[in-house]
Amino acid sequence: MMPPAFEYYAPTGVDEVIDLLEKYGDDAKILAGGQSLIPLLKSRITAIPYLISLSGIKDLSYITESSNATRIGAMTVDSDLEYSDTIRKRYPILMDALGKLADPLVRNMGTVGGNISHGDPSNDLPAVMLALKATFVARGRGGNRNIKARDFFLDTFTTALEHDEVLTEISIPVWKEHSGGSYVKFEKGTWNFSVAGSAVQLRLENGAVVEAGIAITSMGPKAMYIPEAEDYLLGKKFHKSVISEAADIVVEKSQPSPDTYGSVEYKKNILKRITMEALENAFRRSGGVK
Amino acid sequence: MTEKEVSITINGETKTAEVEPRMLLVHFIREIAGLTGTHVGCDTTNCGACTVIMDGRAVKSCTILAVQADGKKITTIEGLSKTPGKLHPVQKAFVDKHGLQCGYCTSGMVLTSFWLLNKKKKVSEEEIREAISGNLCRCTGYESIVDSIEEAQRNLEKEGEYTEEEIPVRRGR
Repeated sequence: MMPPAFEYYAPTGVDEVIDLLEKYGDDAKILAGGQSLIPLLKSRITAIPYLISLSGIKDLSYITESSNATRIGAMTVDSDLEYSDTIRKRYPILMDALGKLADPLVRNMGTVGGNISHGDPSNDLPAVMLALKATFVARGRGGNRNIKARDFFLDTFTTALEHDEVLTEISIPVWKEHSGGSYVKFEKGTWNFSVAGSAVQLRLENGAVVEAGIAITSMGPKAMYIPEAEDYLLGKKFHKSVISEAADIVVEKSQPSPDTYGSVEYKKNILKRITMEALENAFRRSGGVK
Repeated sequence: MTEKEVSITINGETKTAEVEPRMLLVHFIREIAGLTGTHVGCDTTNCGACTVIMDGRAVKSCTILAVQADGKKITTIEGLSKTPGKLHPVQKAFVDKHGLQCGYCTSGMVLTSFWLLNKKKKVSEEEIREAISGNLCRCTGYESIVDSIEEAQRNLEKEGEYTEEEIPVRRGR
C-alpha cells in the first residue's frame, strides 16, 4: 500500500529540523523509525504533506550512564536498549517492556523517542517512563527544555511537545539500592495492541515502600500514572492484601473504553491481575519479599 | 512531490534511482533491483514476509521508506549464499527439516533465523520462538520451522559458517 504523496527531508542537524517545522507548521511531522507512522500513512489514517526524518542526524543515538541518571538519545533503536548492559542492570522494568514491545523486527527499527513522542496510549514505553519518573529533553528555537514524563502525556496522540520542538533525549534517574520494577503486559498475540499494561517501580527501606511509581498502558486516553496508588503504598511492606488493595486503586482510577479487545469489565479484571503481578515482581526485585 | 535520489547497496551491489519519497523499501528491492525473493505479505507490519537485513538488523521492508534506506547495506534472500547454486546452511536446514510448505513466508523466516543465529551463538528453543514472533506462517504450525532453526544452528556450528565478514550482524542478546 502506498502512503499519500509527501515531500521528504532528512536534514543533518536539529536546527534544520526546527527550521522546517517552523516553515511548514501543522503540515509537517517528524519521522523517527517510522514503525507507527508509516503504517498510519500506508493505511491512510493520516496524511502528512512534509515528512522530516531524523535519520540523517548522527548524534541522537546513544546510551550514557552517570551516577545519578541514564541518558538515552531519542533515535536510539529499541533493540539497542534491549542489548545494553546499563539498561539491563539498572532497569529490569524496561527490559520487561522491551521484550514485549511489538516484535523483534519492529524493535530493530523503532526508536525510543518515537515510541514516546507518538503519544499512543497503547505504546509501552510511556507508562514505563512515568513509573521511572523520567525527564524528556525537548529542543526548540530557544534551546533545550526539560519536560517531566508526568507533564508530557496530555491526550491521545497529544504530548507537551510544541510544534517546533524535537524530543532529543530521555533521562531516567538512577533508582537507589533496594529498588526494582516490573512491567506486565497482556496482549492477544504479538501483532495486536495490548489489552492492558501495568508498570510498577518501587524503592524500599527496611522492607517498606519509600518511593513508588505506578502507571498503566491502554487503559485510558493516554498513558496514565496513578498517584493515589503510589501514596497508598508508602510505608507498606509486601503482603498479599497490600498488593490487592493497591491494584484495586489502580483499577478504580483507570479509564478503559470498550472495544474489540474487550469490555470495560473484562479489561478491569485483566488490569487487576497484571497490576498485582507487577507489584509482586517489583517487591521481589527490590528485596522486599522474604 | 520532489523525487529523491536514493542509493542502496543490496547484496553487495549498489543501486541508484530517483524515487518518490513514498516508495517503500520492499518495492525498491522488488521493482528497481528486480529481486523478487523478498515478498509482500500482509503489507501491515505483521507478517514479516518482507524481512531483510539492513545494516546488521532484521527489519520489515514494507514499513521502511526507500529514502530511509539511502546509503544503507541490505541483504536479501538472494544474497545469503556465497556460492551460486549452493544453499546457505540456514536455507539447507529449512529444506532438510521441512520448514516450509507454500514457501511464501520462507525468505523472511530464513533471514530472521540468519539474523538470530549470527547475533547470538547458542540460542534456546524459547529464544527461537521469540525471535520469529514477527514472522507469520500459515502452513506449518511452526514446529518444523523451529526444528529447522535448531538444525541451522547445528549446521552453522559444524561448518563454522558464520558470515561475520560478508554480512555483518549487530551483536546482541
